Amino acid sequence: MKDLIINFILEKDILGNIRLVLADGQSHNQVRIIRAFPISNPENGFSIVNQDGHELVWFESFDQLSAENQQIVHSSLEQIEFIPVISKITSLNTYALPSIWDIETDRGMTKLKLKTEQDIRRVSSEALLITDANGIQYLIKNRKTLDKFSKKVLDRFM
Amino acid sequence: MDHLRPLPNITPPIHPHWREKVGTTSKMLLAWVEIDLNNILHFEKLLLSLSTQSDNSSSFYISQTDENGVITDWPIQDDSSLKLTDHAGVGHLSLYGSQGLIQTWHYTLAINSLVTQFKDQFHERHLLIEKKYTQEASEAYVTTCPNCQSPIPPEQSVCIVCDPETEIPPSTLTLLKLWRFAKPYKKDLILGFILTLLSTAATLVPPYISMPLMDDVLIPFQTTHVMNYELAGLYLGSLLLAALFAWGLGWWKTYILALVSERIGMELRTKTFEHLIHLSLEYFGAKRTGDLMARIGNETDRICIFLSLHLLDFLTDMLMLFMTAAILISIDPLLALVTLLPLPFIAWMIHFVRDKLRYGFEKVDRNWSEVNNVLSDTIPGIRVVKAFAQEDRENQRFITANQRNLEVNDRVNRIWSSFAPTVTLLTEVGLLVVWGFGIYQVAHDHITVGVLTAFLAYISRFYGRMDSMSRIVSHTQKAAAGAKRVFDILDHESSVPDTKNPVALPNQIRGQIDLTNVGFRYGNRAVTKNINLQIQPGEMIGLVGHSGSGKSTLVNLICRFYDVSEGSVKIDGVDVRNIDTKELRQLFGMVLQEPFLFFGTIAENIAYGKSHATRTEIVQAAKAANAHDFILRLPLGYDSLVGERGQSLSGGERQRISIARALLIDPKILILDEATSSVDTTTEKEIQKALDNLVKGRTTLAIAHRLSTLRKADRLIVLDKGEIIEVGNHAELMAAEGTYYQLYEAQARHAAEIAESI
Repeated sequence: MKDLIINFILEKDILGNIRLVLADGQSHNQVRIIRAFPISNPENGFSIVNQDGHELVWFESFDQLSAENQQIVHSSLEQIEFIPVISKITSLNTYALPSIWDIETDRGMTKLKLKTEQDIRRVSSEALLITDANGIQYLIKNRKTLDKFSKKVLDRFM
Repeated sequence: MDHLRPLPNITPPIHPHWREKVGTTSKMLLAWVEIDLNNILHFEKLLLSLSTQSDNSSSFYISQTDENGVITDWPIQDDSSLKLTDHAGVGHLSLYGSQGLIQTWHYTLAINSLVTQFKDQFHERHLLIEKKYTQEASEAYVTTCPNCQSPIPPEQSVCIVCDPETEIPPSTLTLLKLWRFAKPYKKDLILGFILTLLSTAATLVPPYISMPLMDDVLIPFQTTHVMNYELAGLYLGSLLLAALFAWGLGWWKTYILALVSERIGMELRTKTFEHLIHLSLEYFGAKRTGDLMARIGNETDRICIFLSLHLLDFLTDMLMLFMTAAILISIDPLLALVTLLPLPFIAWMIHFVRDKLRYGFEKVDRNWSEVNNVLSDTIPGIRVVKAFAQEDRENQRFITANQRNLEVNDRVNRIWSSFAPTVTLLTEVGLLVVWGFGIYQVAHDHITVGVLTAFLAYISRFYGRMDSMSRIVSHTQKAAAGAKRVFDILDHESSVPDTKNPVALPNQIRGQIDLTNVGFRYGNRAVTKNINLQIQPGEMIGLVGHSGSGKSTLVNLICRFYDVSEGSVKIDGVDVRNIDTKELRQLFGMVLQEPFLFFGTIAENIAYGKSHATRTEIVQAAKAANAHDFILRLPLGYDSLVGERGQSLSGGERQRISIARALLIDPKILILDEATSSVDTTTEKEIQKALDNLVKGRTTLAIAHRLSTLRKADRLIVLDKGEIIEVGNHAELMAAEGTYYQLYEAQARHAAEIAESI
């Protein structure tokens, strides 16, 4: 069990912004909570930054927070985190680039536009991160367990 | 002034799919947008609409309609506002009221411009009503993008959501557009075609002659043992003659068609470049230099090679196929049928294998670049590698990349190594079929041995060409992709079109500039709005403001590098859009932050805008620009080479050459865009002296970051977020203690701090 960090309080105001009140009474409006390693280690390493992106508080994991703080951190992350996990590539319009794929993700079905092959990044030997033309990042957790067609499509572009 | 404010764009009629779900209510629809994420950030289409009660136009609603037709309404108060934020590819649209945050919607940035437009419409909702919005009326205004169906506002020429240029896959039909360039060479092309016909026919003569040679000379000899030398000589002679004909015609044909294709290639290149340099700055801003260079250089060459080599070979082969088929059928239809039947099958097989290989090779290419990446990472960073003693780790990285390369290569080689033997096998099998059926026919006295040999000769010659014919598909695809990229440039219409009936400017231009209600939008972002400004002849105007406040945009609009979205820019009372672009630009002299020197001598660079300038003129301009002395210090004086590959000059020296350049053309209007900001203070003083000579008696627009350089300006215009917020001379603005005062104080403090720390 890690030490509980309780020397700060997170509050949500009526504008939906998060306010951070530190132990010394200093308060910061409109702070943001960011995961430091969103792909390689999402559950450890969080930073609370102010409007200009300067870090105010760092904490290691959720269980260091009080229940109230945890809840706010959760809901805040839910609102900004967006890395759909691709479970299947159902079809694609062309093997030439740019290529538009119909995909199934954990957030529903959508289309992905791949601009160049460099936008497919190997994260580990199994995992891939695909950045689409609009800057959205899609994750493939394990490309080896995908179905045959998806594997074929990936193979063609990698 | 309020009534002159630009109205937001009108949204096109709502999609019928949504119209059903929205249903008919008493509400009048003002604007809508389809967003693609729901409140838990899952992909779902939702319709956001802004509407008003038709009987009471002062109450507004935002409604959300989902796929199931569930509608949620949010009444809008007068102080409600919408705000956009985005993070990691997701945009958030938040509705605020007096009570605080009311609701947040999410969308992917793919539709960001549409959501921005919706937000703008929301904030101008009262104007939307004034415009007496009706769905029928709006249809006339708006076209939709053929590619992604999103509306294109009237002032935009291309879709703001997608870049259609990169989305439409290249079609082989693009190659037909090349006809435009081939047309002048119609005669040569026809001659080339006839020559191709003849030379191909000539190559088909030898197997035909082998038939009587076999039947009338060799086979009779076997039974009679008397050689008919006369006849043999005749046939051999014709063989030689046919060969000579084929050689001569082939030579002529290749030469003519190579000439034509080279000329088409050149025309394509020069036309594309000519078109390109006339395109607006907007176009260049959106394109990468390397990409444009590749299109004009490599792609046109690739098309040229395709035309002169691949297409020609393919056409020759096709001609040969048809002629061979005709000859074979004329000799013996049944045997011809058996001979030609396997051809399509074999062609398909070869194509199939080639296709597989192509992707394999592409993969090899990609992996190869990965190997290169490791090299280009490591070698320039070798100091870091050694400093941290990470040689082994980099080595391991290189080995891994190579390992992967090896794996891919192994896989490709498995198919590749089988390719040539496969073609041979297929050929052999095809020949075997002809042999088998031929022997059967000979045995039954349906054909002679000569006919069989002729058939075998024809067909084996043909199988040899199968491999190269199968490549035409990939060659065509590549050439089509190249042609598309070239025609993308050629078909792009300039966003600052030349006027059809230019208004002639008076001989004596005074240099008065009038800006009336000038607004400029880039995409959906208003860069400048509602600018009204009158600049008197000879006046010096200083433009002040933070970066991004629209200073450069204003200058670009006056020079008509861009066209205004609203309002007008007039020079001596004539709208710049009605002045011939060339004539217009000659009025301006420009000194930019980064002076660009072309490769050539200093004299040539000074005379860039006036190539017929005399030497005296050039020297005078250089003197006035305070450049004369340093130029003479160079070993070759005015003949020293400068530019990319020439003598290196300091920033201040380059700047003074560009001032001389501007002085030489004696412009009526002068633009100084941060002319002194990239040099140190001492150099700045020298440049400033040169500039003072330049400014005399000319209408001048100066942009400067250092406010101290603008103290001589007659009037200072302070811009913020694209609007004029203060006007006056230095003393007036200081007295007003507004934005200018703050900016000036901040700079003065900063200068003092630096002075202190030294």
